[in-house]
Amino acid sequence: MKYISEYRNEDLVKKLIALINKSVRRDYTFMEVCGGHTDAIRRFGIPSLLPENIKLISGPGCPICVTGRDFIDKAILYSRMHDAIICTFGDLVRVPGSSSSLEKEKAAGGDIMIVLSALEALEVARTNSKKKIIFLGIGFETTAPGTAVSIEIAQKDNIQNFFLLCAHKIMPPAMETLIKEGTKLDGFICPGHVATITGSDIFNFIAERHKLSCVVSGFEPTDILQSIFMLIQQVNQKKAEVEIQYSRAVTHKGNVIAQKHMSQVFETCDELWRGFGVISDSGLKLRRNYEKYDVEKIMPLNIKFEEEDSLCICGDILRGLKTPDECPLFSIECVPENPTGACMVSNEGACNTWYKYRQYE
Amino acid sequence: MNDLISLNHGSGGKLSRDLIEKVFAKKFSISEPLTDSAILINKGFTLAFTTDSYVVDPIFFPGGNIGKLAVCGTVNDLAVSGAVPKYLSASFIIEEGFPVNDLRTIAESMAAEALLAGVRIVTGDTKVVEKGKCDKLFITTSGIGLLDPDLEHISTAKRIKEGDKLIINGPIGNHAIAVLGAREKLNFNTPVVSDCASLNRLINNVLQQCNKIHFMRDVTRGGLATILNELSGMTRFGIMLNEDSIPVDEPVRGLCELLGFDPLYLANEGKILIAVGAGEETKVLNLLRSDPLGKESEIIGEIVPDKRSSVVLKTTIGGKRIVDLLSGQQLPRIC
Amino acid sequence: MCLSIPARIMSIDGSTAEVSAGGAIFKAGLQMIENARVGDYVLLHAGFAIQKIDEKEALKAIKLFEEIDEII
Repeated sequence: MKYISEYRNEDLVKKLIALINKSVRRDYTFMEVCGGHTDAIRRFGIPSLLPENIKLISGPGCPICVTGRDFIDKAILYSRMHDAIICTFGDLVRVPGSSSSLEKEKAAGGDIMIVLSALEALEVARTNSKKKIIFLGIGFETTAPGTAVSIEIAQKDNIQNFFLLCAHKIMPPAMETLIKEGTKLDGFICPGHVATITGSDIFNFIAERHKLSCVVSGFEPTDILQSIFMLIQQVNQKKAEVEIQYSRAVTHKGNVIAQKHMSQVFETCDELWRGFGVISDSGLKLRRNYEKYDVEKIMPLNIKFEEEDSLCICGDILRGLKTPDECPLFSIECVPENPTGACMVSNEGACNTWYKYRQYE
Repeated sequence: MNDLISLNHGSGGKLSRDLIEKVFAKKFSISEPLTDSAILINKGFTLAFTTDSYVVDPIFFPGGNIGKLAVCGTVNDLAVSGAVPKYLSASFIIEEGFPVNDLRTIAESMAAEALLAGVRIVTGDTKVVEKGKCDKLFITTSGIGLLDPDLEHISTAKRIKEGDKLIINGPIGNHAIAVLGAREKLNFNTPVVSDCASLNRLINNVLQQCNKIHFMRDVTRGGLATILNELSGMTRFGIMLNEDSIPVDEPVRGLCELLGFDPLYLANEGKILIAVGAGEETKVLNLLRSDPLGKESEIIGEIVPDKRSSVVLKTTIGGKRIVDLLSGQQLPRIC
Repeated sequence: MCLSIPARIMSIDGSTAEVSAGGAIFKAGLQMIENARVGDYVLLHAGFAIQKIDEKEALKAIKLFEEIDEII
C-alpha cells in the first residue's frame, strides 16, 4: 500500500537498527505521547529489536484514556433522554463510567450510534429533525478541527438539533505537566498527526525551557526507528531541539486552515485529565457565539461526581511512572472484555496494547 | 402463498405444511411422505455429527447470505474432522413479517450450496415467532458425515510434531469485513466479498493424496489467532508465524489500519488451517493451489518447541511479538 | 478513535471527496485542504482529509534510508 509498505521494509529496518546500535552510548528513556505510536511500537515488535539500554515509555497519548469518568456519566445521562441520539466514536462505548457504559446503555435500548466522523453525526441530525443529536467530541488537535468544521456547517445550514458534549484536549500543557511533575525522560517522540495540524513549533517550549530532545515522528516502523535514532543523536550531542522526522506530513507551522477552523469555534479552558487532575488551559470549549451547540449549556445536567476509588493505576501509567504489568489488576481483573480502567478499553491505550501485543522476551 | 410470514405459518396446520412443502421441501428435494426423522443406513462407518446456529446480521451480504453460511459452516466442520459430509438438517426460526421471497432466496442458496458440496438436506423444522422476538431469521444446521477412523487424529492433533508446517488456503478477514461493510451503520464501501464456501472437496482431495496431514481446523469466529492458540494449547508445542506470509487482501488491510482491527482475529467462512509433516508441505500447497478455493494458499508458519506454548509472530519488520488468545475486536453477529 | 491513514482521492464533489485506502472507499471532508485534486494522497482522519502528503518529502525520506549503508 502506497505510503505504508515502503516504510515497513525489513531491510530498511535492519539498517536503522544497525545505525541505532552503533550510536548508543548510554541508557536512554524516551516517551511517546500518542496512542498511534503506542500501538505501532508494540504491534511491530519494535522493543524486541532495540538494544536493552533504550527504554520506551507511554504517556497520555490516548484521548479515550484521559477522558474523565464524569464525561461518560454525562453521556449516559443524555442517552437516557427519550428524544436524544448519542453519536460517538467506537472506542468510547466500552469505557466504564461510575456504574454503566454506553455499550451497556445501548444494549438496554439507549439510542447510541457509532460514527466514524462528526460529519456523519451532522447527517444524522439532518435526517432526524425531531431528535436531539449529541456528538461526543473527544480527541486531541488531530480531531478537534473536524468537530469545529461540523459546528460551522451546523451554524451555516441552521441545523438546530445538533449538539456537542465536548472533551477535546490539547497536548502541550499535559506534556509540560509531566515534565514538571518529575517523569524522568531524555526526550519525546512527538505525536505526528497532532503536529500535522498544529505544526512542530508547539513543542519548542519543551526543548527551550526544559532542555529535552524532541522528534516529531510518523507512525510506520521506519519512521519510529529513524526518530529514535535522531533522538539518540541529539542526546549524545547534548542538543535539545525539535526536529521533524515526519516531513511528508508535518511542517513548522502546520495546517493553518485547520487551525483557523479550530480557533474560530473553540477557546481553551481548564480540563480534567484522568489520572492527572485538572490541567489549566488544556481543554477546548465552544466560544460564546457557538454556545447554542453546547449541550451542557442548553440542557444542563444536575449530577454529583465521585472520586475514583480503585486499585487501578491508569493515572501512573498515563504519566509514564509505571508500566501496565505493574498494575495489580492488569490481565487478571482488568482485561479488554471487562476493563476497569480506560487504558484497557481503547485500542490505543497502553494497557490494551500491552495486553494484545505481548512482547516476546 | 402470502407474501409475508405470519404466526399462522408456525401453528402446525395447513399453512405450516404449505410453508414446509412449497418453500423448503421442494427446494431440498425431500420427497413424500415427510416424516419426523430421516432414517439413513450405512454399513460399518464411524459417523461425525455436528451442529451450529447462524444469526449473522445482516442476512444478506456480499458473497452470500445466512442460508449459504448455514450449509458451508456445517459442511466444513465435518470436513475438517476428516469426515465426508453426507446429510444436514435445517431448522428455521422466522420473525413474523419476514418476506417469503427472501426465504425462497435463502432456501435456493442453501440448495445450491448443498448440491455443490454433495450433501443432502434431509430434515428440518420451522418456527415463527412474534415480531421483535428474533431478528428476522435464525438458522440451525446439524450435519452427519462418514469418518474413516484412521483420520481421527486430524481434529485431536495427536500427531503434531516439531517442524510441522502450517498452511492456510487464502487471504484472511474477508468475511468479517464484508459483513461489517454490509451493515449500513458503518459508513464505507468495500469491494470485499465474504469467502463463505464449502471446502469439503478441497479437503478430501488433500486427505486422499497426502499422508502427513496432522491437523485441520476451519478458521471462523475469533480468526486465525484463536485457532493457532487452540492448537498450541492442545499440544506441548509453540508456533512461529511469519507475518509476511499471511495473505491479507489490500482493502481488508486498509480497513484494518483505519479501524484498528488486527486481521489475525477476524472471522472467516472459507478458510482452513492445515498442519502438515515436514517434507510434504510443498505437495499439499500445490494440491491446494490447483483448486479455486485454495489458489492463494501459503505456508505461514511452523510448529516449534516452546515451554510456554506461545504463538509468536515474526512481524513484517523482523520484530517478534506474541499473538494472544484474546481477540482485539469483537465484531458481533458476524456468523 | 480512528487512526490516520494515507488515502488517494478518487473523486471530488464540492467539499467532499471519495478517497480510497487500499480499495476501501471512504468519504472525506476537504474543508482543511486547499487545491485538492483527484490522484492526490491525503491523510484521512475521522472523516476529514487533514493534510496532503508531500510526495517530494516522502521520496526524500526513502532515499535517506537507502543511503544509510554509507553511514554504517
